[in-house]
Amino acid sequence: MSGSATGAARPSPIGAPGGDLHAAALRRDDRRERLALFGLALPALLLVTVTMALPTAWLFWLSLLADDGTLSLVNYARMIEQPSYGRTFLTTFEVGFLTTGLCILIGYPLAYTLSQLPQRTANLCMIAVLLPFWTSLLVRTYAWLVLLQRTGLINSWGMALGLWTEPLPLVHNLAGTLIGMVHVLLPYLVLPLYGAMRAIDRDLIRAASNLGASPAQAFRTVFLPLSLPGLAAGALIVFILCLGFYVTPVILGGGKVTMVSNRIADDIDVFFNWGAASALGVVLLVLTLSLLWLTGRLARGVNLFGGGHV
Amino acid sequence: MASSTAFDIRIRQLTKAYGPIRALDGIDLDIRAGEFLTLLGPSGSGKTTLLMALAGFLRPDCGSIQFAGREVVRLQPHKRDIGMVFQNYALFPHMSVAANIAYPLRLRHVDAAEIARRVEAALAMVQLSGYGERRIDQLSGGQRQRVALARAIVFEPKIVLMDEPLSALDKQLRDRMQIEIRQLHERIGSTTVYVTHDQREALTMSDRVAVLNGGRIVQLDTPQAIYERPACRFVAEFIGESSFLPVEAIDGVWHHAGRALTIAQPPERDGRRLLMIRPEWPFVLTGPPSDDRPTNRFEGRVANLIYQGDTVLIQVVLADGSPVQLRQVARGHGSGDLPAPGAAIVLGLTAADTVLIAEDDGERP
Repeated sequence: MSGSATGAARPSPIGAPGGDLHAAALRRDDRRERLALFGLALPALLLVTVTMALPTAWLFWLSLLADDGTLSLVNYARMIEQPSYGRTFLTTFEVGFLTTGLCILIGYPLAYTLSQLPQRTANLCMIAVLLPFWTSLLVRTYAWLVLLQRTGLINSWGMALGLWTEPLPLVHNLAGTLIGMVHVLLPYLVLPLYGAMRAIDRDLIRAASNLGASPAQAFRTVFLPLSLPGLAAGALIVFILCLGFYVTPVILGGGKVTMVSNRIADDIDVFFNWGAASALGVVLLVLTLSLLWLTGRLARGVNLFGGGHV
Repeated sequence: MASSTAFDIRIRQLTKAYGPIRALDGIDLDIRAGEFLTLLGPSGSGKTTLLMALAGFLRPDCGSIQFAGREVVRLQPHKRDIGMVFQNYALFPHMSVAANIAYPLRLRHVDAAEIARRVEAALAMVQLSGYGERRIDQLSGGQRQRVALARAIVFEPKIVLMDEPLSALDKQLRDRMQIEIRQLHERIGSTTVYVTHDQREALTMSDRVAVLNGGRIVQLDTPQAIYERPACRFVAEFIGESSFLPVEAIDGVWHHAGRALTIAQPPERDGRRLLMIRPEWPFVLTGPPSDDRPTNRFEGRVANLIYQGDTVLIQVVLADGSPVQLRQVARGHGSGDLPAPGAAIVLGLTAADTVLIAEDDGERP
C-alpha cells in the first residue's frame, strides 16, 4: 500500500562514535515511513482544499460584493431588513430539529432492536435499512408525492377503509416535507447509533441487572449513556444534512416550506444575484457552526465523534 | 463488613440443551452456606452455563435452584441479590470507580452518607483507598479486578459468583489475587461459587471442587481428595499430571503386567482398573528389595530427563512398555544423583500411593 518500500538502512561504519550504530539511517527510515503515511492522506487533503476550503473563501468574498461589484455589506443588510429572511432561517432550523427529533424517535428503537439481534440477522436487516440509498433521491421524493397526495394511495385507502373521510393534507406542507426527509435521513442516524450500540458489552447490562437494576433501570443507567455518543453523532449528521436540504422541501413542501437552500436557488436562478446567495450561505454556515459549538459546550464530556467508548 | 449468615444453594436436575448438546445434563449439587466451591472443567463442560443459570442470565430447560430453601429458578436476575464478578469485570466505563461500587447501593436506596461510607470501606477492603474518583480506563487490569470484586460484595450479598475472574491477569498477579480472594471470602463469609478452568487455581482456593465434564458433575470433593483419589481417568488427567498403568484383578488380587500389587485401599469390585501414578509419588529404589514397608516395585529404563528449573522430570519406560513419569526436586548445582538416560531404574510406590481408578466415568448410563 505505502508504495515507498523503505529499503534496508545503508550500513554505517561499525564502531561509529557514540555507539550509534545505524542510528541516523534508522531515523531516516522512520521519517520516510511517516512521509509515506502522509502521502496516503494527501489526495483527500488536496480534494478538501480544492473543493471545500477555496470555494468557502470564494463564497465569503462574493457575499461582500454588491450588484455593481463594489465591496459592501448590502447583502447582509437586506437579510436584517426583510423579515422573510428571518422566517426562512427559522423554518430551516425548525425542519432540522423536527426531522432530527423524528429520526431519533424512530431510529433509536430500530437501532436498539438491530443491536440485540444475532449478527447475521442484523446484517440482513441493515441492508433493508440502507435500501433507500439504492434509489435516487428524486425518484423517492416523487414516489412520496404519489403516495401522499389527496388522491394518492394512502388517502384513497384510508378513506376506503373508513379510517378518515376527508383527504388528509399529507403533502405540499410541513408534514409532507418531514415525511420525505425522515425517510431519506433515517439511515444516517441508524448507522452510527447501531455501531455504538453493538460496541456495548452485553456483560455490562448483565452486571447492572445482577447488581439489582430492573431492565428499565439497566437501560437508563447503563445502556442509554453508553449509546449517547453514537446517538449524538447520528443526530448531528442528520441535522446538518437537513439544513442543506433542497429537493424534498421543494417537491413535498409545495412552496409552503421555504428553506435557506430554496432561497439560495431562487437568488441565483431567478434574480442572478450571486452576492445575496453567497451571503445566505455564509450566514447558514456561521449559524450552524455556532450551534455545533454550543452543543459541544453543553455536552462537554460526551465524546461526539468517538462512537461507543467501551 | 459484618459477616451475615450466608445462603446454601440446592440444585436439582438442572438441564439446559442447545440442540443435541446438553450443556447441563441434570445437575444435582448442594453448596453449603459459606462454602467456597469451585466449578472446574474444560471449556464446554457446562461450568459457565451453570454459573449463568445461578445468576439468572440463562433460563434452564428444567430443574430447580434454591437459595436457602427458596426456589429461584424463575426469578429475574435483578431480584436474586447475588454478587457477581465477570470474566471481563464488566465495569461501567462511564462511571468513576466510586460510582461503580455505589451502583448496587443506589439501586437499593441506601442513603448518601451510608453509600459513601460503604464505598470507602469496600475500596479499603480491596486495597484501593483513594482510587474512588479514577475513571475505569485509568486502572490496570489488577485494579479493575479489585473494583469488580468490591462492587460485587459491597451490598453484602449472601451469594457471590465469580466467572474466571483471574484469567486475564498475568501469572504473578493471579497467584496473589487467589490468596486475596480466598482471604476476602473468609472475611465476608458469603457462599462463593467460583468458575475456572485452571486446576491449580481450583485446588488453591476451594473448600470443595466440582469437576464438570459434558454437562455433568463427575466428582465433587475436597481439593486433596480430588487430587489424590480422582473418581475416574478424566478427573485424574484434568487435574495434575499422571501416568496410567492397566491393572486387573485375578482372584481378588490386583495385578499389573503379571505382578501382584500391594494396595492400601483396593477397589471393592473386581475388573479392569487403571493404576494412577502422580509424578511426585514414585521414588527411585537403589538397594535390594526390603520388606520394611509394603512397596510395589516397577523395573524399567530411563528414557529421558527434562530439566524444569525447580524439578527434573524423569521419563521411564517400564519392562512392559508402559511409560511412567516421576518428578524429582532439583537440589542445587550438579545434580549428580540423577539417573542417566538409558540406565536401568527401579521405581518404588508405597501401598498408600498405589491408587486404582476407573477407566472412565462409567458410573452413569
